[in-house]
Amino acid sequence: MAKKFTLEEFIELLKKYNVEELEGVEIEGDLEIEVEEGAIDLTALTAAYTLLSEFGNFLYHSNMALSYLQRLSAMLGIPTPFAMPAAPPAVEVAPPPVPEVKLPEKLIEARFEPYKMEYPGTIEEVTLGATKKEGGTRGYTVTVGGEKSLPFYLFDLPQPHLPVIAVDVFDMRIGLAKAVRMHYDDVMDDPAEWAKKAVDKFGADLVTVHLISTDPLIKDTPVNEAVKVLEDVLQAVKCPLIVGGSGNKEKDPKVLAKAAEVCEGERIMLASATLDEWEMIAEAAKKYDQVVLSWTQMDINNQKTLNRYLLKRAEIPRENIIQDTTTAALGYGLDYAYTTMERARLAGLKGDSDLAFPLSSGTTNAWGAREAWMTESPIEGDSDWGPRELRGPIWEIVTGLTLALAGVDLFMMMHPGACATLKEISNTLGGKIENRIEKPDEWIFMEG
Amino acid sequence: MKVKSPLEIYNFLPRTNCGECGYDTCMSFAAHIIDRSAKVTQCKPLVEDAEKDPTAKEMLDKLIEITSPEIAEVIIGSDDNMVKIGGEEVLHRHELTFFNPTAFFYDVWDTMDDKDLDDRCSKVVEYKKFYVGQFLTLDGIAIRCTSNDPKRYREVVKKVAGYGKPMILVCLDAKCMKAALEEVADSKPLIYAATEENWKEFLKLALDYKVPVTLRSKDLNVLKSMAKTFKEAGVQEIVLDPVTEPIGEGLRKTYERVIQLRRTAILGEDKDVAYPIMITPLVAWLMDADDITKAYWETVIASTFIVKYGDIMIFRSLEPYSVMPLVLLNYNIYTDPRTPVQVEAGLREINNPTPDSPVFITTNFALTYYTVESDLTSGGISCWLLVLDTEGLGVEVSVAGGAFTSDKVKELIEETGVADKVNHKYLVIPGLAARLAGAIEDDTGWDVFVGPIDSGRIKGWLEKNWPPKPKE
Repeated sequence: MAKKFTLEEFIELLKKYNVEELEGVEIEGDLEIEVEEGAIDLTALTAAYTLLSEFGNFLYHSNMALSYLQRLSAMLGIPTPFAMPAAPPAVEVAPPPVPEVKLPEKLIEARFEPYKMEYPGTIEEVTLGATKKEGGTRGYTVTVGGEKSLPFYLFDLPQPHLPVIAVDVFDMRIGLAKAVRMHYDDVMDDPAEWAKKAVDKFGADLVTVHLISTDPLIKDTPVNEAVKVLEDVLQAVKCPLIVGGSGNKEKDPKVLAKAAEVCEGERIMLASATLDEWEMIAEAAKKYDQVVLSWTQMDINNQKTLNRYLLKRAEIPRENIIQDTTTAALGYGLDYAYTTMERARLAGLKGDSDLAFPLSSGTTNAWGAREAWMTESPIEGDSDWGPRELRGPIWEIVTGLTLALAGVDLFMMMHPGACATLKEISNTLGGKIENRIEKPDEWIFMEG
Repeated sequence: MKVKSPLEIYNFLPRTNCGECGYDTCMSFAAHIIDRSAKVTQCKPLVEDAEKDPTAKEMLDKLIEITSPEIAEVIIGSDDNMVKIGGEEVLHRHELTFFNPTAFFYDVWDTMDDKDLDDRCSKVVEYKKFYVGQFLTLDGIAIRCTSNDPKRYREVVKKVAGYGKPMILVCLDAKCMKAALEEVADSKPLIYAATEENWKEFLKLALDYKVPVTLRSKDLNVLKSMAKTFKEAGVQEIVLDPVTEPIGEGLRKTYERVIQLRRTAILGEDKDVAYPIMITPLVAWLMDADDITKAYWETVIASTFIVKYGDIMIFRSLEPYSVMPLVLLNYNIYTDPRTPVQVEAGLREINNPTPDSPVFITTNFALTYYTVESDLTSGGISCWLLVLDTEGLGVEVSVAGGAFTSDKVKELIEETGVADKVNHKYLVIPGLAARLAGAIEDDTGWDVFVGPIDSGRIKGWLEKNWPPKPKE
């Protein structure tokens, strides 16, 4: 089959080789250049390439240009479309010498000048927990935030605090994915032991105690009774504490207000104030000097609004606010979660003080993805999903890591392996791990 | 692209509103060029003029130049089986969108035995993961030359070419590379890699065989020098590999190099480094660890650079726990944030429903849908779920904005024939759509229950409200 070049395509080809224009050539009508398939072979093209470069040098000499074009056409086996009235009929065109491709002898030296970036804003520094000296009973405190550049952009500015991990603890036995449950099964009936295991064995920086038994649809544990668990946990571990409710709108404010009261002096974080229910929680936080988690659903304007309520109406000090724009699992809205967090972080760095707060992520949400927990794919035609014990943790890791790159400072997580891996990568990107592999080229040659 | 406003493009256009480009007006066409949903060459009058008139041609070329992407686009593979990489415009996806998802290549090597080679290639070709209404697949195969034997390499490359996937030829030796190119140059593989040592030979190969080429150096001055040299020698399709180091300070520096390259290309307008970036997560396999740890770490490296500017990657692990999260992350990050992600409207069966099972309705906003769907599925609730086309909006917004109306509910009930599948006429609507309850009852003749605001509460709600007590 003949391959057709339009003149435009042909000129485009010339153009590639710096041929700007064909002067003194008149072309009328629709012209097409036909090339038989297989007529062009690579060696011809290599020669043509050189020819064309040469051609470029004689750009303004029309007769010359035409004869070069003819030679090119002949080499490519393209019948020339141009009429050649001026060409003397008797002169034979000598066969072109086979030209050498001229290659540069050395590299053109160039310096890479990295683009510099500075932001006017600073993310607020927030400290969780209080030691004896500070009026609490914690063994240490945890500080997050303080960034003046994007996450792990150490080449812009040092990052004062790397992300921390809070392991989730529940005040009753709950349904968990098998890969998670196997690590907590022995402590699930005792929140204090659960917290202890999270800290001592799995290296949690903090723990989050979720008082889910207070949910009227679950156990409806009375507020006064529910908060007793907090005292047990405070006794059992020395780390700072985060306290969560059950997600019940009516009850959570009462639960969290009471938690703020019984943990006075400890600088716990109350999770969470929402646009619907923030007043009572904020009031208690202010009264007992606790940190508030300001939580909205993937809407940056709502996040700004709620932060402003907490700042202006409830008069919570800036250093007592952490924000959470919601974590959706990998595959289930992670793109929204990522972008909302990234936008919040960029806005804060660019000087929007209403959004310049550390970010928290409920990374455990990753386990909601069916890929994390289902034994096999419910979809016909899917490639094998492999063992779920290996899928689940990586789901939590990838969800968390993605959001770490958006700016998350505090992760609420569950799987010990996921916690360890996320910590490793954030310490790596954060410049805390010195070692390196000497020959990263080895993969090119390695057998197996 | 250089231009930011449709007006700057409009001035180049015929301004006749002829509509041949598929848009009503030249202004609308210009706006679509800006958001990259249209190409300049769709303007027929402009292209036709350029064919006749050199001045018009110059204008067209200028317009193409100022509307071309910030990061060069490189095509790997032949026409009917290719993958595009690069072509990016922004550093953060919300500023516009990311365009060409990271291309996934998996390694094989020429000293593998034939059976293992076939197994691996088949796995790459056959992999699929269902997601948001389609199957996601893998892009290609990277063939490493470990034999150092041109004949063997050529043979294996030929064999792999038979699988029809785009290829990367990984080999630092020009002789072996030439042998492979003689065999498969037509299918436009990406060659890997020109280095400070071999660049002259590789430049010649790239020019002779017209194939895209990867430049590899940890030193960004060298990388830029090579890119400049290759470009000026006439190589159009360039990929930069700033060298992926697997761990510790090495990995941190890799992160730095990748971000500096992309940020300097886009914000610093340094065209000499405005090329797609190659990442090789398989370097994780150089670590001293067990296979699962290596595969996990490979996934971690890859995730980092799917989010941050990696345009093409070479992997080792084909384990589902490595591949599945990465194909989904890639899809998520490269989803266009300008258009809400939607799922197909219609009727879904959850947990094998019977005619007694309740009927719920939700929106086709992907996030709402998946939340509701997974709440119902994991809650063990057998039911029918109607999915209403709300143009990708969530419940609250679509009710307020008129995309969730009783008319549309009526239509959906009729189209899906749900009435024939159940022995009742009770419809549970989302709590956030409560104010439509009356209108839906009037228009559909179904009895409407207002369900909970959060689908996570459906289980408790059902315990109290299902089966329904007859209305008095």
